Amino acid sequence: MNSPLPPPGAPLEHYVSGAPYDPNDVEADNKHVGPVANASQMRLMWWYFRQHRVAVFSGVIILVMYLSILICEFLAPYNLHTRNTEFIYAPPASVHFFRDGEFVGPYTYGQKMTLDMTNLKREYSDIPGDVQPIRFFCRGDSYKFWNIFESDVHLVCPAEGGHLFLFGTDRLGRDVLSRTIYGARISLTIGILGVTMSFILGIIIGGIAGYRGGLFDMIVQRITEVLQSIPSIPLWMALATIIPLTWSPLLVYVGITVILGLLDWTGLARAVRSKLLSLREEDYVVAAQLLGANGGRVIRKHMVPGFMSHLIASATLTVPGMILGETALSFLGIGLRPPITSWGILLTEAQSISIIALYPWLLLPVVPVIVVILAFNFLGDGLRDAADPYK
Amino acid sequence: MLRYIFTRIVTMIPTLLLISALVFIIIELPPGDYFESYVAELRSMGESADLEEIEILKERYGFDQPLYKRYFHWLGGLMVGDFGYSFEYRLPVNEVVGERLWLTILVSVVTIIFTWMVAFPIGIYSATHQYSWGDYGLSFLGMIGIAVPNFILALVMMYFANIWFGTSIGHLMDREYLNQPLSWDKFVSILEHLWIPVLIIGTAGTAGMVRRLRANLLDELKKQYVVTARAKGMAPGKLLRKYPLRMALNFFVSDIGSILPAVISGAEVTAIVLSLETTGPMLIKALQSQDMYLAGSFLMFLAFLTVIGVLVSDIALALLDPRIRFGAGRGE
Repeated sequence: MNSPLPPPGAPLEHYVSGAPYDPNDVEADNKHVGPVANASQMRLMWWYFRQHRVAVFSGVIILVMYLSILICEFLAPYNLHTRNTEFIYAPPASVHFFRDGEFVGPYTYGQKMTLDMTNLKREYSDIPGDVQPIRFFCRGDSYKFWNIFESDVHLVCPAEGGHLFLFGTDRLGRDVLSRTIYGARISLTIGILGVTMSFILGIIIGGIAGYRGGLFDMIVQRITEVLQSIPSIPLWMALATIIPLTWSPLLVYVGITVILGLLDWTGLARAVRSKLLSLREEDYVVAAQLLGANGGRVIRKHMVPGFMSHLIASATLTVPGMILGETALSFLGIGLRPPITSWGILLTEAQSISIIALYPWLLLPVVPVIVVILAFNFLGDGLRDAADPYK
Repeated sequence: MLRYIFTRIVTMIPTLLLISALVFIIIELPPGDYFESYVAELRSMGESADLEEIEILKERYGFDQPLYKRYFHWLGGLMVGDFGYSFEYRLPVNEVVGERLWLTILVSVVTIIFTWMVAFPIGIYSATHQYSWGDYGLSFLGMIGIAVPNFILALVMMYFANIWFGTSIGHLMDREYLNQPLSWDKFVSILEHLWIPVLIIGTAGTAGMVRRLRANLLDELKKQYVVTARAKGMAPGKLLRKYPLRMALNFFVSDIGSILPAVISGAEVTAIVLSLETTGPMLIKALQSQDMYLAGSFLMFLAFLTVIGVLVSDIALALLDPRIRFGAGRGE
């Protein structure tokens, strides 16, 4: 009877090590291998991400833009709806720094409007003697900051009694630069809100489909396939025309966000599902299940950290599509409606070829659109490269 | 091979059925119907509506019947090529739509061929000259192509074509050929107008494809068989042509599934701005006036186009790659 097993029925001998448990045991072992081996996943990702200079730069630009929408009342020289009736379709003012060879700080010239009677075009010309120095941190149009308190402090204002239209003015004499700054509030939040919604939907639906499988998975797969095979813009157009004309502009804004988010989750759900399917087979997940962790805990504690970084990277890459989608819908007249001002609404001003020929500065709101979309693309690329630091 | 194609076509059927149900729900969702808005419009202009005719139409198209019955009625019509009746034009949808569907297909197909022709050499160059100035420059150009909204590009190109060539580039053909049967002259006229929309729609898709092709080819170039071949002294050009390029070609064919919806989306917006004789401008009008059968047929057609496109790319992929023919399909 020299078998290691006890006789049938007898209790199994239970071995317990007598040494005191030291949770830092493993870490202490790693001391000599340097910081990389001891770094957490987040730290490794940050190191990878930092190497991608363009992505870091893009991240900073995006951060600055999103911070600026908090204080656009302060940043914009004029209010959203301020009209300057004597300056309709005024071109962008040129800013000068030197006068008679001497540096005097930024200033513009006053402008004089004459009507060209042959083609009825408004011609603006500088008045040479009328120097209007630009003021900073100054008092201008009064506004209600966040609808809470009155203020009239602006970052930049025109000279006393003067005007400052850095992006020119539109058909009602409104400052295009100020409207572009205010438009960021709508255009940028629509992207983030829409992605947040599709992110939540994608995680929940894709998570259940990937973890449970079976019938639910089959149905989700079919729906995903269907939604992905209908081109997005026509589908958005169809859904946008459902929004009743009687809704207030704010409700329309919510509605458009919901539409953009509702149709976009399929890509994320698919990513979550395929990641879960592959992670489900991993040893550590099987180990957690054998130790008795329930489904929710396995997903939250063990699987989500494994693919969250990928998800955030792919979500970042879908923001530009939403911003472009809103712009296109508003441009076609079925998206947002004035008085809500987004970049798409601003671009509707430049809808005909004659406007572009006569007043090309009305196209300037497209510049922030391009910058934001480029920045999100580069940031997403950088995040995706950094998402898996253990490659 | 035949078996693969057969199963692939059979799996397409439930997808198309689901799409048709979804499209039907979407076009039914707006409160009221075409007749209500039509009558309201006539009343506001001080005219009396011919209620009798409307009642006849309503009955004929089963507006008094429950939703699911109308759906099956519509679906049954679709199967035999009857798309229903356009209330706004007072004509069967088939006659209203006319050649617009074919022109949409023409624009999409030419755009995809254009995308391929441009993206393939650029993608190969970028991957083989990774981190060179050419790579950076082309990538940046591509990013700009992604970032500029299609409609702005269309407007700006319209303007410059007007200044430089003195031509108006709206529409897809010269005015005298509108509503004419297809003739050689008309065909030439269409070709002359086609390049602007193709260029505009193609930019975003091309840039995306270059990016994916570059990443794919780079992965392939890092593999051991490439290193082995190079170590054995194979000429770089021949090596590239013989192995990695052929692998990348697979991806190239399968990528059509992801660019086709984008191409069609872009084509719709561009078509509205340039007022092309494709589905775009008519679709948006039909949606706004709740001309439900017309709008539904357009949506259905666009979705069908995508599904067929993916099917064609799947079959081409199976022809190219025996692993797919014998395996479980595009296992990802």
